[in-house]
Amino acid sequence: METNPAPAISSHELSKHFDGFRAVDRISFEVAPGEIFGFLGANGAGKTTAMRMLCGLSYPTSGQATVAGFDVYRQQEQIKQNIGYMSQKFSLYEDLTVLENIEFFGGIYGLTNQQLRTKSEELVTTLGLQSEAKKLVRGLPLGWKQKLAFSVAILHDPKIVFLDEPTGGVDPVTRRQFWELIYAAADRGITAFVTTHYMDEAEYCSRVCIMVDGRVEALDSPANLKQQFHTDSMDDVFYQLARGAQRGE
Amino acid sequence: MKQLLVFIRKEFYHVFRDRRTLLILFGLPTAQILLFGFALSSEVKNINLAVVDFAHDQATQHIIGKLQASRYFHLQQAPLSYAAMETAFRQGKIKAALVFPANFSADLGHTGRGQLQIVADGSDPNTASTITTYLTAIVGDYQRQLNQAAGALPFQIVPETRLLYNPEMNGSLNFIPGVLALVLMIVCTTLTSVSIVREKERGTMEVLLVSPFRPLLVLIAKAVPYLVLSLLDFTLILLLSVFVLDVEIRGSVMLLYGVSTVFIVACLSLGLLISNVTASQQVAMLVSMMGMMLPTLLFTGFMFPLENLPGPLRLIPNLLPSHWYYLVVKAVMLKGLGFGAVWRETLILLGMSVALLGISLRNFNIRLA
Amino acid sequence: MRILLFLLRKEFRQMFRDRSILALIFLMPTVQLLILPQAANYDVKNINLALVDHDHSSYSRELTRKITSSGYFRLVGASPSYPEALHLIEESQADIVLEIPRGFERNLVREGTQQVAVAVDAINGTRAALGGAYLTRIISDYNSDVRLQWLGPGPARGTSVIDVAAINWYNPLGRYYVFMVPAILVLLLTLVGGFLSALNIVREKELGTIEQLNVSPIKKWQFILGKMIPFWLLGLLVFTIGLLIARGVYGIVPVGSLGTLYLFAAVYLVAILGFGLLISTYSENQLQAMFVAFFFIMIFTLMSGLFTSLDSMPAWARVLANLIPLTHFIEVVRLIILKGSGLAEVSCQLGYEAIFAVVLNTWAILNYRKTT
Repeated sequence: METNPAPAISSHELSKHFDGFRAVDRISFEVAPGEIFGFLGANGAGKTTAMRMLCGLSYPTSGQATVAGFDVYRQQEQIKQNIGYMSQKFSLYEDLTVLENIEFFGGIYGLTNQQLRTKSEELVTTLGLQSEAKKLVRGLPLGWKQKLAFSVAILHDPKIVFLDEPTGGVDPVTRRQFWELIYAAADRGITAFVTTHYMDEAEYCSRVCIMVDGRVEALDSPANLKQQFHTDSMDDVFYQLARGAQRGE
Repeated sequence: MKQLLVFIRKEFYHVFRDRRTLLILFGLPTAQILLFGFALSSEVKNINLAVVDFAHDQATQHIIGKLQASRYFHLQQAPLSYAAMETAFRQGKIKAALVFPANFSADLGHTGRGQLQIVADGSDPNTASTITTYLTAIVGDYQRQLNQAAGALPFQIVPETRLLYNPEMNGSLNFIPGVLALVLMIVCTTLTSVSIVREKERGTMEVLLVSPFRPLLVLIAKAVPYLVLSLLDFTLILLLSVFVLDVEIRGSVMLLYGVSTVFIVACLSLGLLISNVTASQQVAMLVSMMGMMLPTLLFTGFMFPLENLPGPLRLIPNLLPSHWYYLVVKAVMLKGLGFGAVWRETLILLGMSVALLGISLRNFNIRLA
Repeated sequence: MRILLFLLRKEFRQMFRDRSILALIFLMPTVQLLILPQAANYDVKNINLALVDHDHSSYSRELTRKITSSGYFRLVGASPSYPEALHLIEESQADIVLEIPRGFERNLVREGTQQVAVAVDAINGTRAALGGAYLTRIISDYNSDVRLQWLGPGPARGTSVIDVAAINWYNPLGRYYVFMVPAILVLLLTLVGGFLSALNIVREKELGTIEQLNVSPIKKWQFILGKMIPFWLLGLLVFTIGLLIARGVYGIVPVGSLGTLYLFAAVYLVAILGFGLLISTYSENQLQAMFVAFFFIMIFTLMSGLFTSLDSMPAWARVLANLIPLTHFIEVVRLIILKGSGLAEVSCQLGYEAIFAVVLNTWAILNYRKTT
């Protein structure tokens, strides 16, 4: 950390209250460029709310945060130039084809026609979607939809990509493939900020941050955390931390 | 039975949780009743009339005085040329002009015959002919005064006119059954069609259908809250009519509720039918609102006289439940007639409900299979 | 600018992909424009008259003949008594009752005056008023005939007659549909534009796709403009189809300039689309958006002077009507198509529409929040 002067994301005492309910309660952390940062927590722990603030979709109640060096209060539009986002709910256009979605999202991020052509080709080949390229997204299986959504989110080579439970509802094989895509992106220097509640996925992250009831309860690499909690599984780490949680499903 | 109640309760939650939609459901009829009661009138009055008086004498002054006293006309600064008159027409500033030629009174005095001209904006033929009728009546009135001074006319037929049911010529009276028919028709149809299509879109319909309920029960559960809501809407309109518009309900309220229930069932079934043949909320809404609003408004019979419909189009109102409902409500509510006078219309309405319900249920089952 | 192009391309693709909606957009107005103007007709004719003739004289028969040949009335059976005729009114089989008393002819000739009784079903105010007026006019005509027969032609000595010559400008044949078709076209345009734009943004909200746009650097005005332009073009297309139907089916050729007409339609569409988008930004789901849009469009329709005259409204209602974009466009469409009014004569209304367009769209842009 000390070796890197400019963190990709930094959050200090960041909070969000809804009518007195502290959805996110003074969370502080830094994410280094190129890191795969896991954001873990039970449902309702405040993961999505925290992520939405960092993406400039929602105003914080208090605290400070910067993303790619830009302030989350005043510079949301600059933040948006530099990030990619994949929401929990599939949010590509189901009534457009694969290629049309790529063209649209690339286009609104200002890619040139030349770039759009090479990118589309590259993406379709990587995902093995050649025969589906001209079909409506509606008809794709869920796993492919999610891989496509991720690829579209990093189409414009953002500095940081935010992934909100990207692997919800897909089979283990597809999840594995999905993480390979994340690694490939990280190799290109893209910082990944991933929320999940699959503990096996936590093992794939460089560092994880565990949230309980809107607060950060632990923050370290998976190996260090396991050592600290005297166990050999992340599941157990999480269980020990989350036992005292007030909020649940 | 107990399960059905649980189900119905769930549907009630859906309906009553959406405050904004509820507000519209009750706000729409309220606004319509108030508009029809206080703002809208099919009467022609306050007509902007230009008087072009080339004569400028006692006789014309006398007629102008009569026009000023009439609530039908609103006299405008007179343009003194035909060109200026035409501009005023084209700006929409006047609806008619009354022209007195320079020698109007001289002719009237010497030959006993005076001439004047009415130029009416004929783009609206109804208003134009009404204006002409009114103006002719006022001029005729003046003529009678002249002649009365000279001695009464022989052979006089005097029509004595009585206005039945609505002696004050309360314009809103005719609209109340119309608003009822319109609001219930649109609201019921849209709500049912959209609520079912929405469940289809979200995939929750399948969840309901794999539950141990018969599809029929699912539909009943969905329909009950809307039936209740519609009857509340009906009650609201009745209360507004009585307490805000001072309309007396002459017939049996029970009968009104009974017929309304039949009508609502017909509309709910129509909504179900629409939901069967549409795949997205957007289409369902466009069909049940954009597609139904104007036809219901125009063919129910409360805005325009249906007798004017040319040949085959005269059949259309007969196919609309709202038309028959309107006839029954008008007879019972405003004329105080009993079931004996409206059984035919009620029966037709009942037949429509049963037929629509049957078709839509059959259709629903086919789609499940 | 390039971003806007991508937005537009996407909107058009989605529009053309959903054929059922596209078909609705064009079919519904077309069919309605073909049928509705026939129904929107205030002409009062075919008034059902129940006659109670107690006199059975040549005079009463002559009066009856005059009434039936006037074209306004239809005799629905001669009733022997007044109560029976009233019963016909109760059953809505008759609108008006004329009772000619016994001794009608004798009294008229001997006493010089005689009454007849008219009873009108006044629930439908217009019909009652006009029906009564027509009947009175026919009776008065007949009265003149009787006088002519006894006194000879020409004004009787010492009496004055004022001849009223009435002419109707702009629609000399008095065709009601000429008046209604342009206005109904405007209303259909409002329905298409208002409903579709009201549904659009909220649909993206419901589907969740709006999130993906909100995290992108798209500017708010680009987003709103990207939504508006496709509907704007669509609206102009519907308007064109409507004008062609008006010309081909109803034979209505605009007297005024098409340029002025389209200029007005263009500005009006911006206003009404801004209104729809505004509703869309306030709504949470499509049903809500649709109901809110319906609520306003219903009130717009009733208050706009489309079916009832603006002049007959009380002052407060006229102020309200002037705050509705539809009111001005209906007025102007009738002015341009029927009377050939020029741009100078409708510039005031154009100003109104421009203000509506600016206010509604600015409001929609301000109310669309990328960050909550």
